[in-house]
Amino acid sequence: METTIANLSVGDRGVIKDISLESIPLSLLEMGCLPGEDVELIQIAPLHDPLYIRVNGSHLAIRKETAEQILITKK
Amino acid sequence: MANNKAIKVALVGNPNTGKTSLFNQLTGLNQKVGNYPGITVEKKVGVSQLSKNSKATIIDLPGTYSINPTTLDENIVLHTLLQSSHESYPDVIVVVADVENIKRNLLLFSQIKDLQIPTFLVLNMADQMSRKGIKIDIEDLEKELQTKIILISARKNQGIDEVKKTIDNFESLNTLPIANISEKIDKDYFKKIKEDFPEFPLYKSWLYITQVEEFNDLTEDQKTKINSYKKEKEKIKKYQHKETIFRYKQINEILKKNYHVNRSEGRDLRSKLDKILTHRIWGYVIFALILMVIFQSIFDWATVPMDLIDGFFANLSMKVKEILPAGMLTNLIIEGIIPGIGGIVIFIPQIAILFLFVAILEETGYMSRVVFLMDKIMRRFGMSGKSVVPLISGTACSIPAIMAARNISGWKERLITILVVPFTTCSARLPVYAIIIALIIPQQRVLGIFSLQGLTLLALYFLGFTSALLSGYLLHHVLKVKSKTFFVIEMPNYKIPSIKNIFFTVVEKTKAFVFGAGKIILAISIILWFLASNGPIKFDNAENDFKSNHTGINLNSEDYEQQLASYKLEQSYIGIMGKSIEPAIKPLGYDWKIGIALIASFAAREVFVGTLATIYSVGNDDENNTTIKQRMAAEINPETGKPLFNFPVGMSLLVFYAFAMQCVSTLAIVKRETNSWKWPFLQLFGMGILAYLAAFLTYNILV
Repeated sequence: METTIANLSVGDRGVIKDISLESIPLSLLEMGCLPGEDVELIQIAPLHDPLYIRVNGSHLAIRKETAEQILITKK
Repeated sequence: MANNKAIKVALVGNPNTGKTSLFNQLTGLNQKVGNYPGITVEKKVGVSQLSKNSKATIIDLPGTYSINPTTLDENIVLHTLLQSSHESYPDVIVVVADVENIKRNLLLFSQIKDLQIPTFLVLNMADQMSRKGIKIDIEDLEKELQTKIILISARKNQGIDEVKKTIDNFESLNTLPIANISEKIDKDYFKKIKEDFPEFPLYKSWLYITQVEEFNDLTEDQKTKINSYKKEKEKIKKYQHKETIFRYKQINEILKKNYHVNRSEGRDLRSKLDKILTHRIWGYVIFALILMVIFQSIFDWATVPMDLIDGFFANLSMKVKEILPAGMLTNLIIEGIIPGIGGIVIFIPQIAILFLFVAILEETGYMSRVVFLMDKIMRRFGMSGKSVVPLISGTACSIPAIMAARNISGWKERLITILVVPFTTCSARLPVYAIIIALIIPQQRVLGIFSLQGLTLLALYFLGFTSALLSGYLLHHVLKVKSKTFFVIEMPNYKIPSIKNIFFTVVEKTKAFVFGAGKIILAISIILWFLASNGPIKFDNAENDFKSNHTGINLNSEDYEQQLASYKLEQSYIGIMGKSIEPAIKPLGYDWKIGIALIASFAAREVFVGTLATIYSVGNDDENNTTIKQRMAAEINPETGKPLFNFPVGMSLLVFYAFAMQCVSTLAIVKRETNSWKWPFLQLFGMGILAYLAAFLTYNILV
């Protein structure tokens, strides 16, 4: 099922399909968030923002607005 | 290479890789923090004795995930490694990576390697490999990455000698690039770059093209060529993405062969701790408890050393007075310089304790969880989750707090953080609050347990934080600052903090305060001393005037000395200044004597108490605090015939000190950090007007 990281629930996993290059800065890619990589949602802060994810071996917190730009296939 | 010339070494690595631990092991106490010329970021440099006759100067560059910077700190890495004219441009680069996050660490390594400076890789935390189920074929990895690899455990001091040896023999390291970016992305495009800049390695030219800023070490001709490439913004962005994807692909292929990890081991503790510490309720409860413990400790632990320091400097002044001959110079030393230095040193205990806690929270990895929990809330107030550290640090001193805002990547969020930090109740406000609270708040208990005076102090802390947040909210909506905000933070694994690292951090931050604020506080103390001990012609006759007006008094009594001192102060320059501002401060309930203290504390708040002590002619040592209080309590307002320091005046003063920007050192730091006079002036006048209005309202409502 295709969705974005922002729509996952805690514990859900997926594979990154596409990252909208216009709105996502290079630094997120450089931290390991790349198409084809597995992603798991570990925790969500109150008000659903930010999101704590594990991707490509890195543990990162990103804001909801960023998570919405990362398309994934949910496992 | 000549033996007497030190080898220049740059340590580069991701945050949380133990880069600083390695730096500490290599240099020991032989390190200092300075500033890069012309820019504001701290530079950590140390000297390491490599062998009997060779030395290295080691620079610990800020932690970064990539050579492409997103924050001010990270920009330093790029500047140092790109410009061969840079004073810290290294002979050899040591890339520090941790064995657990090797993939992401190797991205940075792959970029650095392509700069074609002698480079080798250090894998830290090697002692934890077996526990974490990690196996690496070092020999093969060395071949693939075309570099030397050294396994170390910086905390256990293992492998450090080999690092030193390799630095010493840096000339034998290979400087071949590893990622052949041109082949995979756009052969013709990169071929042209190569031809245009035969003097540079390809990746170096590519970095000059991809960065927004212009570099000064380029010739005009080079600049023109670079700028023509820069025009194709979309293309550059696309190629940068491609480059990163390519680099990761290459790293993945290399690691597949020689890096194996059994993932099931060692994950449990992290996820268990995360479940509690980032929990939507327990996370906040735990954070609040930690804050309470921190503030409690600052008060409990700092009192003893602060009293000792206070006593020491009072004694020192007396001793020096006995030794040196009486005169102008002696007065300058005992009334200006010694109390001035004492006024700086007295804050060290509180500042050191606070930074001890902040360092522990950062070293353990907990601070990232706080950033995660607080980000959404802080964004309402125009800031970022990363603003929490500056705001907590601000309760010690604004100067290191404002410097801590450097790792906030969005300019607007960083600016607002810098602008509102001075509202937090810093340690310089405490002596002022303490004396006024003691005067106007009765020593009662509320509900049998809470002291009313303690609650008042707590309320003032609360007022500080609230006004920081509210002004953040206001600035968020008023400031028209264009800035792209992008937030990503690594949530590192939990670690037991290293005592050595914490010790160095505390020493370093305390030093930043002593030498940042210290110089200015000392200079101001000397100016104040001059203004208070000199005056127009009448001042010179003050002693005779006073004698003729007070013929009845025993000329040798201590009381006489004190009254004379008070009289002289009134006739001095600062006394005249106090009187001249009286009309402006009368609506707030203050007289000219408080005016003197206000002027004196314009540059540094804590001077308030000392000045009042002189005005009300009492000794300034701690034992006499009750007397200072009694004298102040006995002061009569000549117009009403009632005590001057009544409840409305006291409250008005508390509110004034809570809001007013009375710290020249902070203004200087804000100027430095924002690179503009506009923002410190906004703080000075904005906070000043707010303080005046709030004090005016407080006084007139209560009176």
